[in-house]
Formats: sequence, C-alpha cells, structure tokens
Amino acid sequence: MTKKKIDVKHQSKDEARNQRYNQYVNAVTPQTGTAKSLFHSFLVGGLICLIGEILFNLIRALFPAMSEIMAGHLMVMVLIVAAIFLTGLGIYDVMARKGGAGMFLPISGFANAMASASMEHKSEGLIMGTSVKLFSVVGPVLVNGIVWSSLAGLIRLLLP
Amino acid sequence: MILHKGENCRFVIKEPDIELMSPKTKKTIRHTNDIKGQVTTLFNPVSILSKSSVASSKEANGPIGKYLSNVLEDDKCGEKTFEKAELKMLTMAVLDALNDANLSAKDIDLLLAGDLLNQITSSSYLARELKIPYLGLYSACSTMTQSLALGACLIDSGHFNTVACATASHFATAERQYRYPLEYGNQRPPYAQWTVTGAGCTILTSDSMIQNDSKQKMQKITHTIIGKAIDYGINDINNMGAAMAPAAVDSMMAFFNEKNASVNDFDLIVTGDLGKLGSDIVRDLMRERGHELGQKYVDCGNLIYDVNQRCYQGGSGAGCSAVALNSFILDKMAKGEYNRVAVFATGALMNPTMCNQGESIPCISHGVIIENL
Amino acid sequence: MNETLKMLLDYGIVFIIGGAFCAIAQLLIIKTKLTPARILVIFLIAGIILEGVGLFKYIVNFAGAGAKVPIIGFGAALAKGAIEYAKIYGIMGAFAGGLIVTAYGIGIAIVTSYIVTLIFNPKTKK
Repeated sequence: MTKKKIDVKHQSKDEARNQRYNQYVNAVTPQTGTAKSLFHSFLVGGLICLIGEILFNLIRALFPAMSEIMAGHLMVMVLIVAAIFLTGLGIYDVMARKGGAGMFLPISGFANAMASASMEHKSEGLIMGTSVKLFSVVGPVLVNGIVWSSLAGLIRLLLP
Repeated sequence: MILHKGENCRFVIKEPDIELMSPKTKKTIRHTNDIKGQVTTLFNPVSILSKSSVASSKEANGPIGKYLSNVLEDDKCGEKTFEKAELKMLTMAVLDALNDANLSAKDIDLLLAGDLLNQITSSSYLARELKIPYLGLYSACSTMTQSLALGACLIDSGHFNTVACATASHFATAERQYRYPLEYGNQRPPYAQWTVTGAGCTILTSDSMIQNDSKQKMQKITHTIIGKAIDYGINDINNMGAAMAPAAVDSMMAFFNEKNASVNDFDLIVTGDLGKLGSDIVRDLMRERGHELGQKYVDCGNLIYDVNQRCYQGGSGAGCSAVALNSFILDKMAKGEYNRVAVFATGALMNPTMCNQGESIPCISHGVIIENL
Repeated sequence: MNETLKMLLDYGIVFIIGGAFCAIAQLLIIKTKLTPARILVIFLIAGIILEGVGLFKYIVNFAGAGAKVPIIGFGAALAKGAIEYAKIYGIMGAFAGGLIVTAYGIGIAIVTSYIVTLIFNPKTKK
C-alpha cells in the first residue's frame, strides 16, 4: 500500500506582502537619534578609556618596580572590579542606557555582562544558577576569543 | 470484495457498500456559510461578575493608576524571587476578585489562566493553591482575552457556571525569559516596550446564577473572536508593536466583515499592548481597509504608562491588557460611560530559539465584545 | 610646561581613540541592528587580526588605554599570548597562550562576580 505523501511547505509566507510591510514598518519605526547617541557613546567610551589611562599612569608612578605589562593587567583588573561593583549596586545598567556602546565595548562591559548573568540566576542556587549561567552572556566573547586566538597562534607557527 | 455465501461453497463477488463498509469513508461536515468564521455570537451573553487588578507602583503612577484595585508596595511582594512575586500577584488578583463577588475558590467551576513564563509556571502554581479544575492557556500577551473568550464559550455551552480568567506578567521575570539579565547594561532601541508588572482576574458567570433584583445593568460578553496566527515577517524581537499590529487588524476585520459592523457600532475599541508605534500602524492598516478608527480607539500599552515614565513605546506583556481591562475599562463601563466595547488583546507568539534560527514572529489577537446589558 | 602639555595631548588621544571605537560600535548597532554580542565578537576578532598581522602594537603605542580598554584590546591580548607561547612551546602553547595572558582579567571577573552575587540582588528597573 502506498502512503500518500504530504508535502509540507511554508505556504503561510506571503513574501511580497511581508516585504512591503517590513518596508512600511522600517519607515515608521522611530530610530535612535544617530548623532546624539554616537556622541553619548563617544563621550562615555572615551571617558572609560581615559580613566584606564590615568589608572595606568598612577600604577606606574606608585609601583615603579612593576613591569609595563603587569601594570596593564592591574589596570584592567581594577576596571573590572569597579564595573562589577557598579553592576551589583544597580548603577551600571542605568548608565548604559545613555552610554550605549560606550558602556559595553570597554572591558568593563564584559565584566558587567558576567556579573549581571551571575546575579540574575542566583535565585536558582549558587551551583545550578550562578555557576551554570555565569557565561551565558559573555560566552560568545570567550569562546570566539579562544578559538580565533588559538588559530592565530597556529598560523604563526606555520609561518617562518 | 469476496463474501462467503455458505451454500454450495460458492464465492460470490458482491459490490461493496461504499457508504457503510469502506474504511476509507470520509467523514465530512456540512458546509454552510453561517457556521464558518472566527466570530462566535453567544446564545446567552455571559456576565462579568467581578474583576480585580494588581500592579506595581510604577503602573500606579501611570494614567490609570487610580482605577487599580491593588497596588504592590515593592516589586518582590516580600517574596524571595521575582517568579514567586509574580505568582503571589496573580493569586492576589484571583482572591480579590473572589472576595469581590463573595465567593470562595470552591464556587468556581474552572480556572482559565496563563502567563508568559516557560511552562506557564505562575498559572500552574496558582492552580495548585486554589485546588480547582484548571486549564492552562498560552497566547502570550493575548492570554486575557483568550481566557475570556474561551470562558464565555464554555459557560454558554451550559457545562460550566462560573469561570475565573486570570493572567499576570512581571517585568523582571519577562526580561529574564526573553531578553537579558536585569543588571546587564544594554541600550534598548526607542521602539522597545516595557513589560507591565501586573495581574488581572475576571470572574465570568452564566445569567442563571445571578440573583439580580435591582435590574442593574451588567457588563456582558456577547461575542468572541478567536484569532488566527498572523505573521507579516517581522523578526526584530524588540519591535513587538509592529509584529502584532497585523494580528489585531486581522481579528478586527474578521468581526467587521462577518457582522457588517463598523467603528461607529462601538463606544470604544481597545487593543492589547501594541504601544504607540503599533497602535499607529493599526490605524494606518485599518484606514487602508476603509475604517477610520479615530478617537474611539485606544491601546492598553498607551493607557498604562505616562509619556514621562520613559517606557519607550508603552507597556506590553500579558499583564498589560489584563490590568487595563480589569481596572479602567470595566470601571468606565460600570459607570455607563461606555456601553459597547471591543477588546482585542494582542500576543506575539515569540520564541527566542526560533528567532535565533531566523524565523519571524507569528502573532495572534483574540477578541471579546463586552456590552452593558 | 611642555611636559604637562604633552601629557594632556596623550590623554586627549586616549579619549578620542577610545571614544571613536565605541562610536563605531554604536553606529553598527543603529545601522545594522546587530545584537551587542555580535558586535563584541566582531571587535574581538578585529583585535585578534590586528595583533596577528602585527599592527596592534602601533595602535597601543599611539593610543595607550584607548586601544587596550575596549574589547579590541582583549582580543589583541589573547592573540598576543597565543602567538608568544606558540613561538616558545609550539602547538601546545598556541592553545594555552591566549588564556594565560588574559587569565588576570577573566579570573578576577569570575571571582568578583561571585562575591558580588553573594552580596547583592538584581533590582527591577524604574
């Protein structure tokens, strides 16, 4: 006995109509004020970098024995700790609403993403919640960073 | 077909009786023009016995704040987690509505409830608290009208007398479910919406249950409109208003076409949680179809927050239409300011996994027509 | 006097370059509707490539923290470590190097996140 084949196609998609509607929606949707938000993120991002540079110089002045590389690490660590405490106090995301990319592109945004996921899932317990979900937002950065940097190292090995 | 006849051991070939014997007989129903369609006209209008709304202080500061039955002091309701707070909020709404009608939980034949969380958590735990028969519903932010429509049809069928319809949403739990952690510093686009922290409960009952001597008018559900899943190819998870607007238009047009109705037949047409952008799109789409909505159209997402509250396009979430309907709209109807109201709550049946796989968002809009009778 | 002027100029460059990176990211968000996670990954890989071809050290020399603090600097550090350790330890080093040099930041981020989680609870937003 031959069974009737049922051909499942997504007939629900009316491409022409959807395209027309999408064009219409794009036309009426309010956009972020480009100049204003660019200026905000420029200002905030620049400020965070400036704080980093001042910190770096301060560390160099305070610990003259420390190598430049270690001083750089210490600067990054201080920024990370500060960002995480601001996250805990519930201030970081309020600042980020104005700052936009200026708040998430610097390393402090990385720290904020980690701490926010960690805090969010505290209610499910420290093991199954916090520990499991800690990397749920920063995962892409770590995974891609490790994969692509390893690749960079391997390629460098192949080159003379 | 070969049948054994018995006598003389002869085989007789007999034409089968197709109508009776063939297992392939198709069962078909009568095709008529009057049973097809999305609109159900109830034989006996179903009364809204009582209602209750609960919301957080943010909604209480909004334009419809003074109509709320209960306002939460803090967003956690004294519970440890936001999920438990949502459950408590939903329970408060149901118990308050029961109190209002001088009923206890055992007087309710059926609980119809739904919310936005995975496995409609809050509703199921509410059912555990109340210990009454329960049907869990999910149609995202359209759950309030879905439960009202279903409840009204069930009561009209005569098998149920009193049905409680409830739904809730909470900003913090919805953020975790659909977006980012609360403290994550991301910038929302200006067309995003704000999930309402609130719950609403409506208790429906059949007319035979009411001992009403005063001949006072009651709010009754006369028609229900079950929506279709409509997808116009929007796949931006922040632009819910634009995704849901065609669904609202589709359900509205279904009623207008089937009942030959127009905007003038209503005192007020309400959509669920489209927000400012979505409701403007609805106006445009309806104008395209020859209906000018004008002053008679409001959106719960626009009602619930003030412009100064920085909620982008307005409120969203299952609680949005539940709170607005169970406070402002039914209060105004009780006062007689509106006599015939159409409520079309809209829901985006969005799944983050499917959106990540590049699918667009199907949306739905169920409607009920409420009249003072 | 001359030294103060030079220092101010340095800080100005840090501010402008760091801010410019963020402004580019913001422009990407507005124009392409990419999610923040994708933009972070794009900048990260850009950093890895810049370090891989050996251009990043000139940018750091010029802009200092303006290049090190944005995520592009994190990518560059990963690549730098991987390349350095690959030179010393061969294939094994290529896999470990990136993590070894960035472990300071990642380690303290995890530990502080854990501590902060113990102290604070997330709040709903007004």
